[in-house]
Amino acid sequence: MRDFEVLGNKDTRSGFGAGLLELGQKNDQVLALCADLIGSLKMGDFQKAFPERFFQIGIAEANMMGIAAGMTIGGKIPFTGTFANFSTGRVYDQIRQSIAYSNKNVKICASHAGLTLGEDGATHQILEDIGMMKMLPNMTVVVPADYNQTKQATMAIAEHQGPVYLRFGRPVMPIFVPENATFEIGKADVLTEGKDVTIVACGHLVWKSIEAARELEEEGISVELINMHTIKPLDEQTLLKSLAKTGCVVTAEEHMMHGGLGDSVAQVITQNQLVPQEYVAVHDKFGESGTPMELMSKYGIDTPDIVLAAKKAIARKKG
Amino acid sequence: MENIELERIASQVRRDILRMVAGVQSGHPGGSLGCADFLTLLYFHEMNHQNDPFSMDGKGEDLFFLSNGHISPVWYSVLSRSGYFPVKELGSFRKLGSRLQGHPSTDKKLPGVRMASGSLGQGLSVAIGAAASKKLNGDHSLVYTLHGDGELQEGQIWEAAMYAAAKKVDNLIATIDYNGRQIDGDVDDVLSLGNLRAKWEAFGWHCLEMDGHDMQEMKDTLGKARALCGHSKPVVILMKTEMGMGVDFMMGTHKWHGSPPNEEQLAQGLSQLSETLGDY
Repeated sequence: MRDFEVLGNKDTRSGFGAGLLELGQKNDQVLALCADLIGSLKMGDFQKAFPERFFQIGIAEANMMGIAAGMTIGGKIPFTGTFANFSTGRVYDQIRQSIAYSNKNVKICASHAGLTLGEDGATHQILEDIGMMKMLPNMTVVVPADYNQTKQATMAIAEHQGPVYLRFGRPVMPIFVPENATFEIGKADVLTEGKDVTIVACGHLVWKSIEAARELEEEGISVELINMHTIKPLDEQTLLKSLAKTGCVVTAEEHMMHGGLGDSVAQVITQNQLVPQEYVAVHDKFGESGTPMELMSKYGIDTPDIVLAAKKAIARKKG
Repeated sequence: MENIELERIASQVRRDILRMVAGVQSGHPGGSLGCADFLTLLYFHEMNHQNDPFSMDGKGEDLFFLSNGHISPVWYSVLSRSGYFPVKELGSFRKLGSRLQGHPSTDKKLPGVRMASGSLGQGLSVAIGAAASKKLNGDHSLVYTLHGDGELQEGQIWEAAMYAAAKKVDNLIATIDYNGRQIDGDVDDVLSLGNLRAKWEAFGWHCLEMDGHDMQEMKDTLGKARALCGHSKPVVILMKTEMGMGVDFMMGTHKWHGSPPNEEQLAQGLSQLSETLGDY
């Protein structure tokens, strides 16, 4: 297995903030909207650099989604910023009608997704957002893995014509994607090749999967690890190629088991070649207050859970 | 355009509305008939707009957003009669494969429609976004919207109202179809809007009132509204209308909000409206 150099430690939301700033410099059609969470979303640098292209909406997310949709008429590329919970569940119908169905070029950028929002608790820890967003026709769903990839993805989605949901998070995590890597929507990154089991992960669970792969390798298990940063459209080709080699899969995500990355992978498997699949995801539960790492452990989406799931998947393959 | 000519067009629009909803036995005639005069005036007299080619971005054009999308029949009729698409296409309303969806959509690429509507309360936010885009583009044209009065029960309207005033969105004229009726009955019985003028003014808007069936009064009021634009405050017009206007048995009740006439009722309704431009 290749070695993964840790290039630093940062939160993915800061990658969004950095990407947005650079995008603002490159493309004067890019606008940013925020619903009273500039600091949390790291949108302050954009606001300072381009005050005329920054819109403080106040605590009114439904209005923000509608305004963003309207701004596309006239050629603008609006990026909305708030927590993932308020970016999706709270405004589902606004996104559905004014953005997805109307196929508007809005980029819905969502921070503090999942359990790793931490101490604020379950009211804010949305674990259903990937499912909600991927079910909408016209919507692209991107969940980058680290700071560098979030920055790259933020810039890449501006080049894509149509609505995009970009999901990232709060905690500081290791950076392992090279700064100069190319981000292509819908093209998965095969991080390491192996033959015994495929691990398909997104978001913070990609780093956890790297840790799991190291442990598994020490036990003589060869892992093929795929960073599936785009949930929709899913890179089926890369997935199927890997499964043909390994014959079993673990999906790992900071999301509800129902409707997330795992279910997208399962659909590919059931419609192509059946192989054993194990889910590392939250099993039909709301979260609670705690530190991000405590919560990942308690809710079964930590490194040991991935290791265990990989062994189960391999055992099932052998029958 | 002369008032008499606008009224002639509106009569044809009302015939179109009745024939469209009767043809498919589905749709919303009441509010459509009530807004026929206003939309005729907007598209044939007030707005600077372009139908060929239709431009989604609408740069340099006045834009219109129908927030209460269920009155699509009146909008479709006015759009086709003002040249956005062939009049004969009105016959496809609500039928499988039609560009004239039950509620307006961009999905089928019908010229004239820039945003889906139907789920209520979203159009004011959209219009604010389009108005912001116009300002950034140095485009001095205006954005118009139409909302139902019952629609004002949606919270998003008031989020948008607060925002537009606070952020000085002054290139926007919102109009409320103030007919006092909604699907379950009179607005006052379902959920009263209270003092609507006071509400808009308290939210920081210029508030005008007009009779939605008097062409000259509407011309004068819209003229005032345009003159108020560019002075740091958004403008709303409370437009008094009669649901079902033009067809005697459809007036004075909420019952024709979302019910089509049968064959006999259609004939009775059409007998009250002159065919001025030729039926589709």
